[in-house]
Amino acid sequence: MSFDVAAVRGQFPILSEIIDGLTVHYLDNGASAQTPLAVMDAVRHYETTSRANVLRGVHRLAERATEAYEKAREQVATFLGVPTMEVIFTGGCTAAINLVAFSYGSLLKPGDRILLSEIEHHSNIVPWQLLRSRSGIELDMLPVTNDGRIDLSALPRLLTDKTKLVSLAHVSNVTGALLDVRAVAEAARAVGAKVMLDGAQRAPHGPLDLPSLGIDFYAFAGHKAYGPNGIGALWGRPELLDAMPPFMGGGSMIGRVTLAETTWAPSPRRFEAGTPAIGPAIGLGAACAWMQALDWPGAHDHEMGLVQRLMDGLQKIEGTQLFGPASLQNRYPVVSFMLDGVHPHDVAQTLDSFGVAVRAGHHCAQPLMDRFDLDGTTRVSMAPYNDNSDIDALLAGVAHAAKTLR
Amino acid sequence: MSDQLYQERIVALAKAKTGAGKLETPTKTVRRDNPLCGDRVILDVRLDGDGRIAEIGHQVRGCLLCQASASALSAVAVGRDAAGIAQLRHDAERALGREPGETHEPFDAFAPVAAHKARQDCVLLPLEALKDALS
Repeated sequence: MSFDVAAVRGQFPILSEIIDGLTVHYLDNGASAQTPLAVMDAVRHYETTSRANVLRGVHRLAERATEAYEKAREQVATFLGVPTMEVIFTGGCTAAINLVAFSYGSLLKPGDRILLSEIEHHSNIVPWQLLRSRSGIELDMLPVTNDGRIDLSALPRLLTDKTKLVSLAHVSNVTGALLDVRAVAEAARAVGAKVMLDGAQRAPHGPLDLPSLGIDFYAFAGHKAYGPNGIGALWGRPELLDAMPPFMGGGSMIGRVTLAETTWAPSPRRFEAGTPAIGPAIGLGAACAWMQALDWPGAHDHEMGLVQRLMDGLQKIEGTQLFGPASLQNRYPVVSFMLDGVHPHDVAQTLDSFGVAVRAGHHCAQPLMDRFDLDGTTRVSMAPYNDNSDIDALLAGVAHAAKTLR
Repeated sequence: MSDQLYQERIVALAKAKTGAGKLETPTKTVRRDNPLCGDRVILDVRLDGDGRIAEIGHQVRGCLLCQASASALSAVAVGRDAAGIAQLRHDAERALGREPGETHEPFDAFAPVAAHKARQDCVLLPLEALKDALS
């Protein structure tokens, strides 16, 4: 049976909204995806039947809240293919990367090196630059190929026995390129380096099997994966997490506190100081369960069909240029393009007047824009609920911008 | 399609590219970036002995609104001092609906941007740069 996009769309009320007389064509999923009813229902259920703080209360609402919060952890863990207690709830993907940069980073010594790439989102560059200024570590950068992939041919040159961590985007938020994780993990292991993946753009496209990737840390955001804002998750190998000091101090993360000293709770509690974002965590659990239940082989074929339709349509508009892999292999449905003579913000603004939501600009990847001397790109990022009408509305808008703005 | 942001006058201002380019002997060169969208303006100004603008040149790496604003500004900046440029800033703010009062040519062309708060900094960036150049 083919993928039933109408049934998926029906679970996202916002897609049926008419705003200022315009149908919603939401193609900015790489920034924030929309949320299905199942997620809203789970959060509402918590807020209306179980709202209380977690872990410490003995009353029944507190027990319900704790049970729901820990069930959410289990749902996220199932989605990632890892044991439940290896999942840490964070404030988002950025918070997860900062946690590792601060905590794992505090174990590094001056002269140790971390390997990143020129394609990274600022959230996978700046935390490491902050660490560099605190601790005297060095950063190395893998280059990017002309078709928008991390150039792994530079691995032998840039990986040394000083490299302690390699942190890369699993899928690029600009070009949609999928990283060859096994190649990175093998090369890193050969020099004793750990591997962290920024999974912000990969997680929204189906369940993962992290143990098979041979990596050490994985971060992703709730709001890009059909969940609420203000929540994300970090997975780490337990032996690494156990050796890492806390990121933040406060309630919940302690073993025993005296005025003289404090001992730490084991992970994941050690890294969840203070009252967590309980409702959003429950929402993220529901989002993971929702994704778990989707027909992903069908959804992926559907998404790639949209990418092909988009690429074919753009090529018919004079002066458009794709930035990223031309093939559908090893990529996800994030497509960047430029329109000669028209700034990406003006393309995006014109598209808005057609009801089409996209992102334009540097996509928090200024080093990548500098590398290719780009003002920015217009980025179309798709989800399983997008359909041909979204792509066709976008193509009509781009054609209009090409006609009127240059 | 819904509202029309890119009305003819704005597009015409951008296409006119008034003042586009570098000056050979600028008194001052300033660069202003909008970190949110990446728009960038580099302004050259040559001042006369009284601190008035004798010549202006701009290089805009940014959207059509930023280009149109730099073009509009260059068309009316010559002969003005810092106070005169501040008046133009008020004119632009009025066109954008951020200040009460009447607005005048050429910045009245930006009235359609009043409904697009996220794009108003694109219009104001060249004015910010010129303020820096005169300070």
